Amino acid sequence: MTSVDRSPRAGDGLASPARGSTRRAAARTGPPRKAPAGGARRGHDGWWPVLFVLPTMFGVVLFYLWPIVQTGWFSFTEWGAFGGQTWVGTENYVRLASDPDLGTAIVNTLVYTGIVLLGIPIAMVVASLLSRPGMRFTAFYRVLYFMPYVAMPTAVAMVWRLIFNGDFGVLNWALGLVGVDGPAWTSTPGFALVAVSIVGLWTSLGFAIIILSAGLKNIPSELFEAASLDGASPWRQFRSVTVPLLTPSVFFVTVITVINGFQLFDLLYALMGQGNPAIQETQSLVYLFYNEAFLRNDKGFAAAIAMVILLIVGAVTLLQFRMQRRWVTYA
Amino acid sequence: MKHLLRSASLAGVAAVALTLSACAGGDDAAEDGAAVAPTDAQAELTYAIWDENQKPAIDQNIKDFNEQYPDIKVTVDLTPYQQYFTKLQTQGESRTLPDVFWMNGPNVQLYAANDLLEPLTGLVEGGDLDPSKYPDALNQLYTYEDAQYGVPKDFDTVALWYNKALFEQAGVDLPTDDWTWDDFNAAAGTISDKLSDQGVYGVVTELNSAGQSSYYDSILQAGGHVISEDGTTSGYDDPASIEGLQLWADLVADGSAPTLEQMSDTKPNVWFNSGKAAMFWSGNWSVAEMKDSPNKDDFGTVRLPEGPEQRATVIHGLANVVAADSENKEAANAFLAYLGSEEAQRTQAEMGVANPAYTGTQQAFVDSVPSFGIDVFLESADEMSFPYPISKNTAAWNALENELLPQAFSGDRPVEEVARELADAMNEELAKE
Repeated sequence: MTSVDRSPRAGDGLASPARGSTRRAAARTGPPRKAPAGGARRGHDGWWPVLFVLPTMFGVVLFYLWPIVQTGWFSFTEWGAFGGQTWVGTENYVRLASDPDLGTAIVNTLVYTGIVLLGIPIAMVVASLLSRPGMRFTAFYRVLYFMPYVAMPTAVAMVWRLIFNGDFGVLNWALGLVGVDGPAWTSTPGFALVAVSIVGLWTSLGFAIIILSAGLKNIPSELFEAASLDGASPWRQFRSVTVPLLTPSVFFVTVITVINGFQLFDLLYALMGQGNPAIQETQSLVYLFYNEAFLRNDKGFAAAIAMVILLIVGAVTLLQFRMQRRWVTYA
Repeated sequence: MKHLLRSASLAGVAAVALTLSACAGGDDAAEDGAAVAPTDAQAELTYAIWDENQKPAIDQNIKDFNEQYPDIKVTVDLTPYQQYFTKLQTQGESRTLPDVFWMNGPNVQLYAANDLLEPLTGLVEGGDLDPSKYPDALNQLYTYEDAQYGVPKDFDTVALWYNKALFEQAGVDLPTDDWTWDDFNAAAGTISDKLSDQGVYGVVTELNSAGQSSYYDSILQAGGHVISEDGTTSGYDDPASIEGLQLWADLVADGSAPTLEQMSDTKPNVWFNSGKAAMFWSGNWSVAEMKDSPNKDDFGTVRLPEGPEQRATVIHGLANVVAADSENKEAANAFLAYLGSEEAQRTQAEMGVANPAYTGTQQAFVDSVPSFGIDVFLESADEMSFPYPISKNTAAWNALENELLPQAFSGDRPVEEVARELADAMNEELAKE
């Protein structure tokens, strides 16, 4: 749930960099070319900005950067049962490259992320409906949509497990009414990944709706007035005003959704449980890491997996930031 | 995993090292166990356990202990089994293990070999503990290189649970202590056929994540073995072992048992508890759950059926251990000795949570639910029990079992092919120990 803490801050910066709330947010999120003014001013301020950033930097270095460095080091070692590392060079990576589970885990993670990303268009429609003038009970609906996101994944998974149960679940009961004999959703290879993805989509919908709603609110109403004076239909307004001005929010939600998608673990673990015959075909990258680190206690090998996850998430996020110039419109 | 959650789950190695007397005095520094604290000692202890069902009995134990030692405060640290050993491993790594904690067979050698456990030598020499009061198989299970590290807490064996009402509905004679595999297979098949419209199956057991109540027993019944007596080679490629695995693959294939997917979605204990399965291979750890079942009046237990070679069940028991790095070792030893006492174990038996290890206290457990006929678990322990298979790094090949064997039970791959692959992979792990 850490993303809940960090998202509003990052969200502000991304969704409305025009307001330039803080220089840090602008510098982090805005395209590099747009920042010459900030850069010039930094020369004036001397070391002051650094001083203000220091407390944050302290946490980032201690709790993020240093562990990454350590993990990098561990990935070249073999761990004893209770600590003690022996340098083994690139052995863990060589082993990982020939491990068939790695390919399965990458494909599963991509499929999951892809399905969860489908929630963004859905969220756009819902957010647009919620922000229609004259819409009543919007706060109620927002709470309703956001609740799954703040609920504990374990609690969510418990309920969905009952729904998905092959013999006694309500989903298969409903399917039975129309003559379909449903599978054991969370225990059958193939179906299990779809089941996990559906729950992932459902839980992440609320977050996307809230961010997109905020993005919609930030679109100046004069633009719509001007558009309608010019005779633009509601659909044309949506396409030519709403969508382009919403792209920064969409971009932010996409980045967060992809990162969360690559971190898929708790939902999968809680929904499928240990001793599930489909787990090997359904495991995600982080599950693979968990399995090696904590079930097989092969922490050096697991560190190598962690480094691969870091590289993949880093590369995908970098690519997204590169690509944003092509489709994100900052007002 | 349900099985492992319950009391004494894993392992019951016994006869591995009969040559070693459990608690011979120490000629080695590591064997110099600490003594027991005086009754006015002041200390704060942490006691780590994993079974929520046993918490009330443990709380009672602590209360009784505090009558003797009013100033030793014991805090219970309850962690579900699935996370218990993950957490313990991390604590072991940072030398912050709880003062006193539950240990099982598959893990004891790993912790003992890394000097994380306090040997019982001091307790025994001081006369505060008498290992002869516990079954020899359990003392041996917790002995590593001449020193005993754990005080047996309870033990369990596996029996055949059955539901009388379902047998009667299907018109099948009730199981007896003299059943063979053929009787068992026939009954399971008939019940599944006759009651299929109600969604009732003949038999369920844990096949996805542990073999204690299923294939570990059937392998022994067929005359096979999981691991060699010296713990160095796998027995999965033994034709008799393969026959023991085949029993379950056949039951799943002909619909006498639910599929592995079905037993993953709805755990075996739930199938039986809710009256959707007529038979259930399980241990005495199920007593605590089944005595609260809405169908409890229909439940009974008999010995496991006789296989092609013999009658057999694995035996395992939990033990309490003290961390070698505990700062209050003597207070911890005082608590350890109390937990091993007749009084403490009788309390656990009377509350019906565990089948105690202390000789003579088991009857209280049997009497806790008379209608189940659970003395069968004690008889099985006496007459047909075999050590639970372990080695120094049991977890490594347990992971292989859980990964490979479901492929055989589900019918995805031939049993023999999977068994041979498992034997090779397991031998590779054993060679690393």
